Amino acid sequence: MNLNYTAEELAFRDEVRAFLDEKLPADIAAKVKGFRRLSKEDHQRWQKILSEQGWYATHWPEEYGGVNWTPVQKHIWDEESSRYGAPRSVPFGVNMVAPVIIKFGTEEQKQRYLPRIVSGEDWWCQGYSEPGAGSDLASLKTRAVRDGDHYIVNGQKTWTTLGQHANMIFCLVRTNTEVKAQEGISFLLIDMDTPGITVRPIITLDGEHEVNEVFFEDVKVPVENLVGEEDKGWTYAKYLLTYERTGLAGIGISKAALQHLKELATRRIKNGRPLIEDASFSQRIAQVEIDLMAAAISNLRIIASVEGGGMPGAESSMLKVRGTEIRQTINDLARRAIGPYAIPFVEEEMDLDYDGDFLSDENAAPVTPQYFNNRKLSIFGGSNEIQKNIVSKMILGL
Amino acid sequence: MDFRLNEEQQMLQDTVARLVRGEYSFEKRLEYSESELGFSADFWKQLGELGLTAVPFPEELGGFGGSGVEVQSVMTELGRGLCIEPYLQSVVLGGGLISQAGNSEQQEQWLGGIASGEVRAAVGLQEPQSFYNLNDVETRAEKTGDGYTLNGRKAVVIGGHCADVLVVSARTSGDSRDADGISLFLVSSDDEGLERRTYPTIDGSKGCDLFLNNVKLGPDALLGEEGKAADVIEYQTGRAISALCGEAVGAMEVACDLTLEYLKQRKQFGVPIGKFQVLQHRMVDMMSELEQARSMAILAASVADEPQSDERRRILAAAKNVIGRSGQFISEQGIQSHGGIGMTWEYNFAHYAKRLVMINHQLGDDDFHLEHYASLLQAS
Ligand SMILES: Cc1cc2nc3c(=O)[nH]c(=O)nc-3n(C[C@H](O)[C@H](O)[C@H](O)COP(=O)(O)OP(=O)(O)OC[C@H]3O[C@@H](n4cnc5c(N)ncnc54)[C@H](O)[C@@H]3O)c2cc1C
Ligand SMILES: Cc1cc2nc3c(=O)[nH]c(=O)nc-3n(C[C@H](O)[C@H](O)[C@H](O)COP(=O)(O)OP(=O)(O)OC[C@H]3O[C@@H](n4cnc5c(N)ncnc54)[C@H](O)[C@@H]3O)c2cc1C
Repeated sequence: MNLNYTAEELAFRDEVRAFLDEKLPADIAAKVKGFRRLSKEDHQRWQKILSEQGWYATHWPEEYGGVNWTPVQKHIWDEESSRYGAPRSVPFGVNMVAPVIIKFGTEEQKQRYLPRIVSGEDWWCQGYSEPGAGSDLASLKTRAVRDGDHYIVNGQKTWTTLGQHANMIFCLVRTNTEVKAQEGISFLLIDMDTPGITVRPIITLDGEHEVNEVFFEDVKVPVENLVGEEDKGWTYAKYLLTYERTGLAGIGISKAALQHLKELATRRIKNGRPLIEDASFSQRIAQVEIDLMAAAISNLRIIASVEGGGMPGAESSMLKVRGTEIRQTINDLARRAIGPYAIPFVEEEMDLDYDGDFLSDENAAPVTPQYFNNRKLSIFGGSNEIQKNIVSKMILGL
Repeated sequence: MDFRLNEEQQMLQDTVARLVRGEYSFEKRLEYSESELGFSADFWKQLGELGLTAVPFPEELGGFGGSGVEVQSVMTELGRGLCIEPYLQSVVLGGGLISQAGNSEQQEQWLGGIASGEVRAAVGLQEPQSFYNLNDVETRAEKTGDGYTLNGRKAVVIGGHCADVLVVSARTSGDSRDADGISLFLVSSDDEGLERRTYPTIDGSKGCDLFLNNVKLGPDALLGEEGKAADVIEYQTGRAISALCGEAVGAMEVACDLTLEYLKQRKQFGVPIGKFQVLQHRMVDMMSELEQARSMAILAASVADEPQSDERRRILAAAKNVIGRSGQFISEQGIQSHGGIGMTWEYNFAHYAKRLVMINHQLGDDDFHLEHYASLLQAS
């Protein structure tokens, strides 16, 4: 047993730090650290910097422009980039559709889409969920009917994150209604500019526009946009979900959020002393820090176990549950730390170029909205209940 | 022992319930919330016309001398409707402070209007550094001539943006956090030197911070005895805690109803999601949190208007602790049980969820009241 990084890994970490010191734009880092909104432009600016460095598509095979980092290197990157306040890449292109295209796509699809993901020309969104198909994804109804060289797509997707920025959507569609639900699903790549597609915002409880409904009305999709075989989409979809899950524990983000919480609690005052010196509050912070420490090691154990290749198993479901609970606890404590100032909703202070006086703390305004928004963590990417179902079935044999 | 409302109290609650049902659809609430005033002037007027803003006041003011139970009956229904009118601030707190501390002229000047709803009051008791400790007062009131000059800042004054009269605490002597030396003043909205920074709140109403820059007040602005306001403030916020418990219970009832209904109606995997045991047990937990909250609300109401004692203090701290926790539990678990839909602006559940969490940030959160309760463990 050896819990230390190797000399090479330490050298890599230095390289990562040097890169972040030099290249991460200060305004973007300030937004990330202060939980402020990132614009599409912010994401694209950072993506361009990463692509130039060759560090955008880190886990793709080298032949497609990846760097093929080891799981430990990837972990070091996640950890350091969160600590510095680098935005997390919007995952839908680089981390979701790309692995599917690489594994199951045609050569033409790889040639066409992968470079456009790296260059940022394409912004992808994920069209899985439907109003009637959430946890029970396989019950999806959006229909694709073959008509010569095209599929004609009709139906509705929902909860489409950042669909308002996207020009491409990957969709699960039903191509066969005669067979078992899982066996009649196909995986289609759809250009959002195709006539018949309408995107409507869904506003979440914190007033944000982050998710959308996407409607399809007689949308013509060329057959060459089918990934893999017709009716085999469920296999690809599940492959993608395991990918999604591994990133969802958000250990790096939790560490950054915890740091943010401690700074906030150092500045907030209770009975004339910094809140962080308050006996019960400091213990609450300590408790979540301890839980995070354990989760971080669990995360490393999973990473180490797949070092030789392969995908993590159902342990990543346990980690997703724990990791999201920890993040939600940190958000809860941040909200508690600002006391009565959790109530005002001062939207203007959430913009980085706000130059007025801050109502309370410079980082207070996003705290309550963030707390409410992050209730999503235990709902999406397979709800925590579904994750527990997976663990009881796959690991425990119940 | 009888836990039921008597006939009169039941009638009172039914009256409010009818009014809320008629006037407070979810869509209308959003409209009220987004208006300049931040609530419905018309609904407020109707509360006044039906005598509901007069409930806690004596008969000569058009009220019926209602105590904690009656006030809670009103607040519970306002909570069910997620109403954003400043009943707590104006009627319970503003009216309460003036009733208890005011001299006869002050009472005469303000209470009639507050009881009829024609005058709206708000209270500025918190400060940026005070957290929830209302004895942590740094706003100073200097004696100048026969009056006072106020300097300082009051934080998160809900309803303060549109109040005709503001009751604010300021220090006339002593050090910050001394109970001794705190005084109350009546500041009127057009007093020179008073500035407000108004904002919407995350749960749909409006409030402001008050900036007092050399606000010059006459001697008649002092409310109650100079330097002796801490007890009055504690007593009246105790009444307000009881009222807030009522609102919380109302909001929790609806949040639970909506969740239960959704569990029966939403289908996944071919069955209503309410068939999944994990959601059944969670729903049971939500209901038992609601029951705990109901019990503590009743207990709080029973002492709200009793003379101050450590027993009253303990009960009110306990009640606020319980509703803070159960409100957050029902909010979070209710969202989770709904899935994505529970997080959407268009669905009323999300607004109940926000209000319930924010109630925990009014008049002290569960941590604050736990600490307070613990400090009273050994008091007789
Ligand atoms: C902010 C946000 C962003 C999202 N982004 C995307 C996106 O970009 N693309 C996309 O395709 N989807 C996205 N989603 C959708 C997300 O994947 C779904 O919300 C999720 O799968 C849950 O589905 P649902 O909301 O329909 O809830 P439901 O499936 O209706 O679940 C409701 C409740 O029932 C529980 N439940 C359901 N089945 C079971 C069971 N068998 N056993 C026990 N409990 C069960 C759930 O855990 C939950 O508590 C997003 C969701 C949110 C909230
Ligand atoms: C100290 C003690 C005193 C007792 N006194 C008496 C007595 O005086 N008279 C008498 O008749 N009995 C008595 N009992 C027995 C008691 O009623 C049983 O222990 C109880 O009903 C549970 O049965 P079991 O122990 O067989 O556990 P099981 O029924 O086998 O349950 C094992 C576990 O499975 C869970 N479980 C079972 N079914 C479900 C389900 N459908 N959904 C979810 N979870 C489930 C249980 O909650 C438990 O956690 C006593 C037991 C104890 C421990």
